[in-house]
Parts: sequence; C-alpha cells; structure tokens
Amino acid sequence: MLTSGVIAGFLAGLCAALMQFVLVQPVLLTAELYESGEVARGASAELVRAVDPLRDGLSVVFSGLVYAGYALILTAAMAVASDRGLARIDGRTGLVWGIAGFVTVQLAPAVGLPPELPGMAAADLGARQAWWAATVASTGVGCALLGLGRGWTPWGAGILAMAAPHVVGAPSPDAFAGPAPPELASLFAARALGTGLVAWAVLGGLAGALWSRDRVALGLARA
Amino acid sequence: MNATTAALPSASLAGAALFSAVIGLGLIVLSGHVQADALHAAAHDVRHATGFPCH
Repeated sequence: MLTSGVIAGFLAGLCAALMQFVLVQPVLLTAELYESGEVARGASAELVRAVDPLRDGLSVVFSGLVYAGYALILTAAMAVASDRGLARIDGRTGLVWGIAGFVTVQLAPAVGLPPELPGMAAADLGARQAWWAATVASTGVGCALLGLGRGWTPWGAGILAMAAPHVVGAPSPDAFAGPAPPELASLFAARALGTGLVAWAVLGGLAGALWSRDRVALGLARA
Repeated sequence: MNATTAALPSASLAGAALFSAVIGLGLIVLSGHVQADALHAAAHDVRHATGFPCH
C-alpha cells in the first residue's frame, strides 16, 4: 500500500511540476517583479521565463512530496472502502476518486482562498491555514458521504459538510490592495487549478490501478 | 482471487491504511504548512502552485 501510494504520488507530482514550469511558474516569477517593486504597478512586463536549477529542482522534490502525501491518504481510503465492500477500485474508478481529491484539497479551498500569487493581499496566515484545513476535512467527509453513502441521509449530510465551510466563510484581507496585477492573479489561479486537476486525475487513476494490483497480490477477497 | 493466497485480515489492512494515512498527512503538513524559514523557501513555489496558504 505504501509503495503504491508513493509511486502514484511521485508520478503525479512530476506531472504537476512539469505543468507548473510551463504554465504557472512564469506567472509567479512575473508577479514577484511587481511584489518587489522592480516593475512599477501598471507598468508593462512580459511573462518571465527563467530556469533556476536549484529553485526548480526543489519544486520537483516538494511537488513529489506533496502529491505522495495525498496519494498515501487516497490509497488508504481506497483500501478501507474496498475492504468494507463500499467501492470497487480500479484505474477507472480511481480517476473519479482523484477528481474527488482535487475537489477536496484544491477546488473547495480555492472557493474561499484562491491560489495566491506572491504580492496578493491576504488575511492572517494562521487563520487561513485553519480555514484551509477545516475546509479540506469537511469537503473530504462530504465527498465520502456522497460517493460511498446509500440513500438521502448520507447524501444530505455530505452536501451540508461540503457547504458548511463556505457558509462560515474564509478569512478575507482588510483591503483588496495587493501589488499583484489582477490579470496575472486570475491567470495564476486558473492555471494552478488546471494543473491540480490534471495531477489529481493522474494520481487517482494510478493509485486505483496500483491498488487493484496490490489487492490481488495480498489475496484480499473484495474488489 | 487466488484461493491459495493467504487473505490479509481486515484489521491489519485497517492498521496499514492508518499508518499510510498518517505518513501522508505528515508529508502534507511538512511540505505545505510548516513555516520554518528554510522549509518555506524551499517549498515556496509548490505551495503557491498547489493553493496552500503561503505568506
């Protein structure tokens, strides 16, 4: 289980890192010019495409670690659900699990706290991290109830769990006055989410396929 | 399933799943949330790109 999770996670992390370098990093590097004041607000700038081996190498490592972490949790959930007879796990159903994972850790938190460009105004970090963690936990429970539950009671509870963090609301900044240009910020958020969706689809599909192979090897009865 | 293969009992599977999930959570907290300077600088771009609250 650990090996499958780590393999699926690192491969998904590698996909995420490659997409990050092509799509996300140029927007981030450009925003840093506005954040540092090197380019004045309102002045024109081309998207920066620069390669920094150390910085980019660390990004590959941490992208692998983040997605390996997610993959270990996803694989554990798949194993338990399949053992209890709640779900059939293979590469195809794994894809749906991956998309649910994307909704849980990226899309739902992004509704309140969109992926941040350096230089964006934001509320207190601790408050944002707490809301992020609570939203991920609540959305994850909601996805599990919707996907694995039978009948309106678990489905209704799942919808409530997914809606609750947004009824409470994310911590918002005192003023919308960060130096990041809105054009860059929206491009960054859309590209970060797109990258996340692809990485999670890869992660879920691989984790499902590897788990169904493990299950046979371990001699587990249920699919 | 191969009938000659020894089945893994549910209890040890649940234990393995818990172990796996705890390690996974540890990795995410370390790479996504801990604010120690060196860690923050190293993971900076990935934190932004994957939507973690960063600064």
